[in-house]
Amino acid sequence: MTGPKKNQLSIQEVEKVAKLARLKLNQDQLELYSGQLSSILEHIAELEKLEIKDVEPMAHPIPLNNRLDDDIPGDPMPVEALLRNAPEVVDSFISVPKVLGGES
Amino acid sequence: MTTRDFRSCREIRDEIRSGKTSAVSVMEDTLERIRTLNPEINAFRETFDDEAMAEARKIDERLARGEDPGPLTGVPVGIKDNIATTEGTTTCGSKMLDGYRSPYEATVVTRLREAGAIPVGRTNCDEFAMGSSTETCVHGPVRNPWNTKCVPGGSSGGSSAAVAAGLVPATLGSDTGGSIRQPAALCGCVGLKPSYGRVSRYGLVAFGSSLDQIGPLTRTVEDAAIMLEAICGVDDRDSTSAPEPAAEIELGGVFPKGLRVGIPRQYREPGANEPAVEREVDRAIALLRDAGAEIIDIDLPLTETGISTYYVIAPAEASSNLARYDGIRYGHRSNEPSGSVDELYARSRSEGFGPEVQRRIMLGTYVLSSGYYDAYYQRALKVRRLIKNEFDRAFEHCDVLLGPTAPSTAFELGAKPDPVAMYLCDIYTVNNNMAGICGISIPSRTETEEDGLPIGLHLQAQAFNEKMLLETAGALETLVGFECSSIDK
Repeated sequence: MTGPKKNQLSIQEVEKVAKLARLKLNQDQLELYSGQLSSILEHIAELEKLEIKDVEPMAHPIPLNNRLDDDIPGDPMPVEALLRNAPEVVDSFISVPKVLGGES
Repeated sequence: MTTRDFRSCREIRDEIRSGKTSAVSVMEDTLERIRTLNPEINAFRETFDDEAMAEARKIDERLARGEDPGPLTGVPVGIKDNIATTEGTTTCGSKMLDGYRSPYEATVVTRLREAGAIPVGRTNCDEFAMGSSTETCVHGPVRNPWNTKCVPGGSSGGSSAAVAAGLVPATLGSDTGGSIRQPAALCGCVGLKPSYGRVSRYGLVAFGSSLDQIGPLTRTVEDAAIMLEAICGVDDRDSTSAPEPAAEIELGGVFPKGLRVGIPRQYREPGANEPAVEREVDRAIALLRDAGAEIIDIDLPLTETGISTYYVIAPAEASSNLARYDGIRYGHRSNEPSGSVDELYARSRSEGFGPEVQRRIMLGTYVLSSGYYDAYYQRALKVRRLIKNEFDRAFEHCDVLLGPTAPSTAFELGAKPDPVAMYLCDIYTVNNNMAGICGISIPSRTETEEDGLPIGLHLQAQAFNEKMLLETAGALETLVGFECSSIDK
């Protein structure tokens, strides 16, 4: 199988990643990012040279433990303060395009 | 004529406490100085004039009643644009959060107020703290007060420029891979990145949640210690904030007894650093040796690999954290007609995020995507463990590590159009974040040099050993003898 070169992102792959990331890119951007992301991945490829067998992955610098709060209700943030940043508000609701049923 | 003010936090506090000046007078002068001197460097995006003056009046009233408002009495502090305040707007240097008014404030801001400090305004930063030059800021680039053709570093470039230009004595920044220390180095101020968990991240707009820490930028190590004491400590609102007691740092120019300073060989590879940087690091080593420190050679072979590791982990975390910006509840929403919610997300995000943020979101999405997760993300997490082990071994032989903060002095705007070249600015700082240890950059400079730009001396110590870090930094600061006011000479 002849796939794209290792550590190179083709335009099609950038398109796929953009879709996953919920970004809408034009052709110029796809080409630009294809080149830039490929050169970053090329740099990152050096990680393949390291011996990492039996190494425990480290997702966090400190041990993460659940910290449980007592179940005491606090003051909620005022609705007006939360809604004032919403792009479109109807009464005390945030307005969005139709979610179900596709085009109306 | 308005001139720069190079007094430290401690000096300002003492003068207000003793009645030599008032908080109101300090604040009036500060706001006037920012109005006059800021346009040239764009360090501040906005000031909180009314709120800051009201707080200053309250401080003076409390003093008149015989109360002590705290260790930062009346000290004006600039807040990086990714740390939430109820004053003004919190935009993260992004169109995505243009006009965003936070309904709550960050724990660090509350704690600064409790220590008597007054938030005076908002300092510019790279968009969502992604950058090393503050050129990705949507509100325009920040300029280096030492040479306005040059960048101030980043991402906390507004915070470092504001301190270096004599606008305010202290600012808050955030550091995910060097974003406090590198701009401090390029602007000639002190930048402290505390150990992961030392300072609450509540109210810090998340970038890389396992890497981010808030810390102070100041003109003296003593001020960095005062600021740290004010903002540190456990917080119910951040489950990663550590219950460690405050560091109780005693600075008195006393040289830490029997100090062992490790010099990692990989921080001094031939040709890796600019000559000015090498010269100042050499000078610092000689000063420490003469003062009685033991200088020890250290091996950190994964230094260079850190950038690759970081540019898998940080974008992965960023792509996840920035998924919340969807144009629905807050933030930029596209005006283009969208037939579906999905289309609205994509249009809003493409319009709201700038190129560097988009690049990192895509890189992070890619390394986390099915088929690549093990090859990139999982592998990077394993290398991260090796990096941490490497530091642990080093600290068995020495108390602190010393090297340059960045390989070069400030570079000109537009000098690094290639993303990888920009990422390499952080080669000496990113591993610190991945290991969760603490680090500080203190300024040094060769005044006889033509451009004479400052460089940063980078000290690092074990996690939660800020006491060792700051006491060493305080001693080294005295030996180096850098003066912030030399910017005007």
